[in-house]
Amino acid sequence: MTANSPRLILSTPSDREIVISRVFNAPRRLVWEAWTRPEYVARWFGAVGWTVPVCEIDLRPGGTYRYVMRSAEGQEVTMRGVYREVVPPERLVSTEVFEGFSEVGYRPEDDTVSTAVLTERDGKTTWTGTIVYASKEIRDGALATPMEEGMNGSFDRLDAVLATMA
Amino acid sequence: MATQIAAQDSLGNTFAALADPTRRAILARLRQGEAPVTVLAEPFDISLPAISRHLKVLERAGLIARSRDAKWRPCRLDAAPIKEVATWADGYRQFWEARFAKLDDLLVELQQGEEDKRDDSQ
Repeated sequence: MTANSPRLILSTPSDREIVISRVFNAPRRLVWEAWTRPEYVARWFGAVGWTVPVCEIDLRPGGTYRYVMRSAEGQEVTMRGVYREVVPPERLVSTEVFEGFSEVGYRPEDDTVSTAVLTERDGKTTWTGTIVYASKEIRDGALATPMEEGMNGSFDRLDAVLATMA
Repeated sequence: MATQIAAQDSLGNTFAALADPTRRAILARLRQGEAPVTVLAEPFDISLPAISRHLKVLERAGLIARSRDAKWRPCRLDAAPIKEVATWADGYRQFWEARFAKLDDLLVELQQGEEDKRDDSQ
């Protein structure tokens, strides 16, 4: 990663929350579309090595969404939920449930609420997502999910880790 | 599965130990090398027993080790649990970084598409 690359800010302001913030070099209207139109979400939401073969979005309060993510090995994880607030292009509140991740603590009956807020400045958009979990255990399970990467350094990581604890 | 739960517990201890600013400052000081309690206590306006209590928490979390033999019982940093925490948070961060890198590419494409449309209509 270069010093110029956009930085993702990850924090845990309380036991049950994860907050992720990221600046995108695009106007808010486009960032909103990339997050809410299924043909766009399917292109990036799978991260590395995962495709999104199913992406359904009914973008209205009370409407549902459902993303199916599939790994190269064929493992499938479904993320789905209900929209609570839809205020284009600035605010999206939804519940989220994962299926296929039960081993790390997700259960369908646990209500996880995700709030995305988009602000625009000088043509750049700051996207801030706050995810509130039903309990600390579920939150920790979510944070620990993709653990396979990033095994290097120890002392040199200390400052970064301590900063996230502040 | 049992191993997973044990690992989560140790993470919990690490986080609890790191949650306190005095303890984080002590760890930061120990990065320079081992030190006895009296030296560790110097920057703080709290009693030696209070510092000792903090050291006990850090010791239980496995973040520091204290020599049993030497008279001063100097403390030294043990990075293993910190490595675990760093890995834990980094995996999640990298997962989102990867996602957002793809989103960046999509946004470039969408913006290019809009510019092309504007050019065509002129």
